Amino acid sequence: MRIPLKTLINVGLLLLVIALLLTINFMASSYIQRVIISLGINIILVVSLNLSNGFTGVFSLGHVGFMAIGAYTAAILTLPLSLKAVNLPDLPTWLAGVEMSFLPATLIGGVLAALIALLIGLSLMRLSGNYVAVATMGFLVIVYAVLVNWDSMTRGARTFSGVPPYTTFWWVWGWAALTVYVVWRLARSSYGRKMMAIRDNEIAAQALGINVMRTRLLAFCVSAFFTAVAGALWAHFITAFSPKEFYFTQTFSIITMLVVGGMGSVSGSVLGTAAITVLSELLRNAERGINLGFIQIPPVYGASQILMAIIFILVIIYWPKGLLGGREIDFSRLFIRPQRQKKSEE
Amino acid sequence: MTGFTNLIQQLINAFSIGSLYALMAIGLAMVFGILRLINFAHGDLIMVGSYTALLVQVAGMPFWVAALAGITASALAGLIMERVAYRPIRGAPEVSMLLTSFAVTIFLENTAILIFSPISRAFPAPSILTAALKYGTLRISSLDLIAIGVAIILLILLTLFVTRTKVGISMRAASEDLLAARLMGINVNKVIASAFLIGSMLAGVVGMLWSARVGKVDPLMGFYPVLKAFVATVIGGMGNLPGAVLGAYVLGFLEILLQGLLPATLTPFRDAFVFLALIILLLFRPNGILGPTAREKI
Repeated sequence: MRIPLKTLINVGLLLLVIALLLTINFMASSYIQRVIISLGINIILVVSLNLSNGFTGVFSLGHVGFMAIGAYTAAILTLPLSLKAVNLPDLPTWLAGVEMSFLPATLIGGVLAALIALLIGLSLMRLSGNYVAVATMGFLVIVYAVLVNWDSMTRGARTFSGVPPYTTFWWVWGWAALTVYVVWRLARSSYGRKMMAIRDNEIAAQALGINVMRTRLLAFCVSAFFTAVAGALWAHFITAFSPKEFYFTQTFSIITMLVVGGMGSVSGSVLGTAAITVLSELLRNAERGINLGFIQIPPVYGASQILMAIIFILVIIYWPKGLLGGREIDFSRLFIRPQRQKKSEE
Repeated sequence: MTGFTNLIQQLINAFSIGSLYALMAIGLAMVFGILRLINFAHGDLIMVGSYTALLVQVAGMPFWVAALAGITASALAGLIMERVAYRPIRGAPEVSMLLTSFAVTIFLENTAILIFSPISRAFPAPSILTAALKYGTLRISSLDLIAIGVAIILLILLTLFVTRTKVGISMRAASEDLLAARLMGINVNKVIASAFLIGSMLAGVVGMLWSARVGKVDPLMGFYPVLKAFVATVIGGMGNLPGAVLGAYVLGFLEILLQGLLPATLTPFRDAFVFLALIILLLFRPNGILGPTAREKI
């Protein structure tokens, strides 16, 4: 098999970016290291969300529910036995004696979320447009209610703490690379074309013999799996969390990244995530007050959220397709002239 | 308490909560009917109105002045919201509009947090609203009766408005077919603005009753009312006004029923059950209990 020059250039440049991140990671302060890890987690969240919302047109507002499932499942499994006895004294006996390492716990969280996605997807994937958005939001409300009230498993509304800090640069960026790879390959497979056909015109896709249900379910389950993985990574990064962190604020945050990057583009998701993560970190720092030398701006907590909301509305009004508008970044254009006659990637 | 008085008590309860949902649901349904926009920020209009009323009361004004100010503030906020956020994206995909309304919610809630802090504040209500009427073992709060009464009066006025006035009729025409309405010379901007105005005023009224009921206000107070109102509009068929009202009362009764029937260990999951019911409904009757069952035509 001959690998096209274009792919080589793109992959090479991607590796360069990762190497750059790694260098920054080793040289920078622990604050920057934490930002790089949360960037990686956000990339997994947004790229996997894009598979269902952007490529398939199943606009889910409930993915944070899967994130919560991944986070809580993995955290319950990895919590050290001594802490389990203290924090979760009412765990069922078959769980009380379990202390797993990170990878199997993450995988179990992911698979559980995918199974739940399959279960609810069997019915929800029959809906479309606004209705699917609303029904998945209903799913989020249900997950939240369960988390808050299932004391024996989740400590209810109280903070779930003591999760071992297993998440490292390598775990996060390893999973992020895998997510990007899987979503990229899936989007470019025959399944991906079916997904986009369904998104663009469901009835026409059906008329062409595409199994709408199966294609949607595939996208929904795969994206639920990776979202839950991101949840598990996040749980072992933050180490203490409560159900309210898996609700509408988080939902809005990842959707902002998705929309800013442009739905239906993997590189757009990565770009949008990077832009919004960096921007929100900057704003969060600015919130604490800025000293401009001659004038001191007082701290205004919450202002970053307000600005994000304004940015979001402006993007929807003036740039409704996002930064990339469904196209992909092609680094090779910097070096070789794109072929005019046919799209070379097809 | 005997079984019978308990039943009456619960019925009144269901009716009053259903009335509040109904007043909220109408605003959502009106806007959805014309624009296909699910306006999540509708709930925050409650918050805007209630905080305004609180401030006016703190300034020493009597409750009725505060309530009028609150309702006016809600109405203004609704109009501004339409002009600034929703008019520029009119005709955008449904989901983009829904997301915009989320952004508006985040904006309003965080602005309120910034100004008033996230801590809830007591909402002083006059004694006429908080009094309880007693008939033997039956205890009825006057607020419940007032909520029911206000809802009935407003619903009658609204019915007259949409059937008898020119703006009301144009509104129904616009919700049936926006393009055709425009071709008939209907000023769509005016119609949409009046839909927002009326919906927001109703939300303001709900704000006063709701705050008096729970006795406090906080920046996120609009969240659950709008979720519930939204469920109500789905039950009734989105964009269908009588449906929204019916759905709101159905939801009120459903909630009270769940509260009474669910075993004690499951009552905290009441919201989960309500949304489960919503999902099931969306699957089998996506156009609501009053809506047509027709499939999309090509």
